[in-house]
Amino acid sequence: MSTGLFLVQALNGLQLGILLFLVAAGLTLVFGVMDFINLAHGVQYMLGAYLGAAFAAATGSFWLGLLLALPAALIFGLLLEVLVFRHLYDRDHLSQVLATFGVILFLNQAVKAIWGAAPLQVPVPALLEGGVVLMPGLQYPLYRIAVLGAGVATALGLWFLVERTRLGMLVRAGATNSPMVSALGVDIRRLFMLVFAFGAMLAGFAGVLAGPIFSVEPGMGDHVLILAFVVIVIGGIGSIRGAFIAALIVGLTDTLGKSLMPDLMRLFLDPSAARQTGAALASMLVYIAMAAILAFRPRGLFPARSG
Amino acid sequence: MSSFSRRTAMGGALGLLAAPAILHAQPAGGVKIGLVAVQTGPQAALGTQLRDGYLMGLRHLNGRLGGLTAETVMIDDELRPDVAVTKVRTALERDRCDFIVGVVFSNILQAIIRPVTEANTFLISTNAGPSTFAGRGCNPFFFTTSYNNDQVHSVIGQVCEDQGYKRVFVMVPNYQAGRDAVAGFKSRFKGEVVDEVYVPLTQLDFAAELAKIAAAKPDAIFTFMPGGLGVNLVRQYRQAGLAHIPFLSTFTVDEATLPAQQDSAVGFFSAATWAPNMDNAANRRFVTDFEAAFNYVPASYAAQAYDSTMLLDAAIRRAGGRLADKDAIRAGLRAADFASVRGNFKFGVNHYPVQDFWLLRVAKRTDGKFQTETVRKVLENDVDPWAAECRMR
Repeated sequence: MSTGLFLVQALNGLQLGILLFLVAAGLTLVFGVMDFINLAHGVQYMLGAYLGAAFAAATGSFWLGLLLALPAALIFGLLLEVLVFRHLYDRDHLSQVLATFGVILFLNQAVKAIWGAAPLQVPVPALLEGGVVLMPGLQYPLYRIAVLGAGVATALGLWFLVERTRLGMLVRAGATNSPMVSALGVDIRRLFMLVFAFGAMLAGFAGVLAGPIFSVEPGMGDHVLILAFVVIVIGGIGSIRGAFIAALIVGLTDTLGKSLMPDLMRLFLDPSAARQTGAALASMLVYIAMAAILAFRPRGLFPARSG
Repeated sequence: MSSFSRRTAMGGALGLLAAPAILHAQPAGGVKIGLVAVQTGPQAALGTQLRDGYLMGLRHLNGRLGGLTAETVMIDDELRPDVAVTKVRTALERDRCDFIVGVVFSNILQAIIRPVTEANTFLISTNAGPSTFAGRGCNPFFFTTSYNNDQVHSVIGQVCEDQGYKRVFVMVPNYQAGRDAVAGFKSRFKGEVVDEVYVPLTQLDFAAELAKIAAAKPDAIFTFMPGGLGVNLVRQYRQAGLAHIPFLSTFTVDEATLPAQQDSAVGFFSAATWAPNMDNAANRRFVTDFEAAFNYVPASYAAQAYDSTMLLDAAIRRAGGRLADKDAIRAGLRAADFASVRGNFKFGVNHYPVQDFWLLRVAKRTDGKFQTETVRKVLENDVDPWAAECRMR
């Protein structure tokens, strides 16, 4: 494999990682701060994509669509919190899993009832059309570079918010020991609601960004959700920094695994067997990496909760 | 007894009374069709195409099949074999359907074929055409108005040979149908397969594979990426600036996915037995009326379902409306005495069509919608590779 190809693949991995981070950031906060398993987080990603697509189609501009979809996703997150999730905080994890799974089924069908089952089309904004030639014959879409930039900027913003502001301090404190924060006179319910809505908006943001690259269709959040859970488990539940590092690890492992594994297998096996085992192994690689990391650090790379 | 349970009991009793009344209400000389079309899950768009194609056919026939008033029982298989079997059994035993029609996916067909055919009921698949029932497993009660999957993939292999492509890059999802696609393609392609890439069915991002394609610099790529996979691939392929490498595909760009792929798919190739622009009277009427009625461009799922209504109409008429005379109905079905939207259509010994296969190209129409259009006929009167193994007489 040439260096050029390797660099392009590394860039692809980073980009997948960044997108995963945007989804996982909200998930890890909700899980970490509230000890609440929200399977419906992937649906919020899907909803963001649909809202973005709908608003972009209505206004004729991707940017206006993005601008409108963010508050809409936020409001929808709040609505879900008030209507459903609020009543589940004190229940055990099983009830939470069941209820949020129900929300997935409900929203997947609702989306289909409103927008139809066929995938929607979101055009790449005119400003970001075209690409940069990174290696001969392949152009790297400008839009993907923009997604990378937006993701890094969001990560920095989040880091600042969580590490350097009073609100962030409360969130971190909530992740470490929420009864104590509550005892100190902080309205933990309101904090939960805020974190939840913010997480929903981040997932929605990721969904809008994904629209022009991936197909916007019912159930699109389900695959992302599984990877997002892998990310937060590797990164340590409740840790933004952990989620960032883990998302990059997952993105890079997945992409480089897919491109290198079949070639690697060819060293031991005949070509056709190598291709199939290589492909199978590559799709397992992320989970193997997770198992390996958890074997040495059972609480993830950067555990937020101590004890 | 509380009033609630009394009411329930009353309701149940009323229901029992009402059930035979409905049966009696059906006019004598009617025919009942169970239409299996997936309406749940990400693939529901295909089931909708199938259903609408069937309904269009009925509309053109004024709601009658071979002179008998047609009644349709809609069955949503939910893309789950167990659900499909339960619902189809109900359609057979409770609703007493005379025919079971439809089915988008092969795994559903595999599940329901025995319950249906063992009840001596005709099963007419309008899309799924697995090899299993084309060869040794052929069945006197099973017909398909689509094709055998292997044939479609082999068309692209033939196209690559005809175009003189020497090095072709192959990419398919890592499951049985994906591996079958590669086998079908290779049955006619004799050049070098530069690389075969198998991606998981849950693949989101093709960036890694696209970089590989760019590095391999093939003469063309062959791919089979149904549904959302194809939407992602086509758009990312275009965005990566690879569109100068011919994109040859099966079940990847069609009228069901084009509304999402739009301009990024224009100029990409596909293989099929039918396209909306086919120039014959039956097809012009079908496409025009379909678009007027349902406001979208029909895909092959709709066209094949439309053909199935015409087939049923012809078969029942030929049998003189005697639905109980299975041999007469079978002879009528075998004769396939109807004007197919594909033009050339007849059944082989295994009840799979013997028909022409075309190379199609995606085009943007003057009204801004997208459709596949015929480029040239690749295979003529093609018999599927399994027909010789069928012992049915």
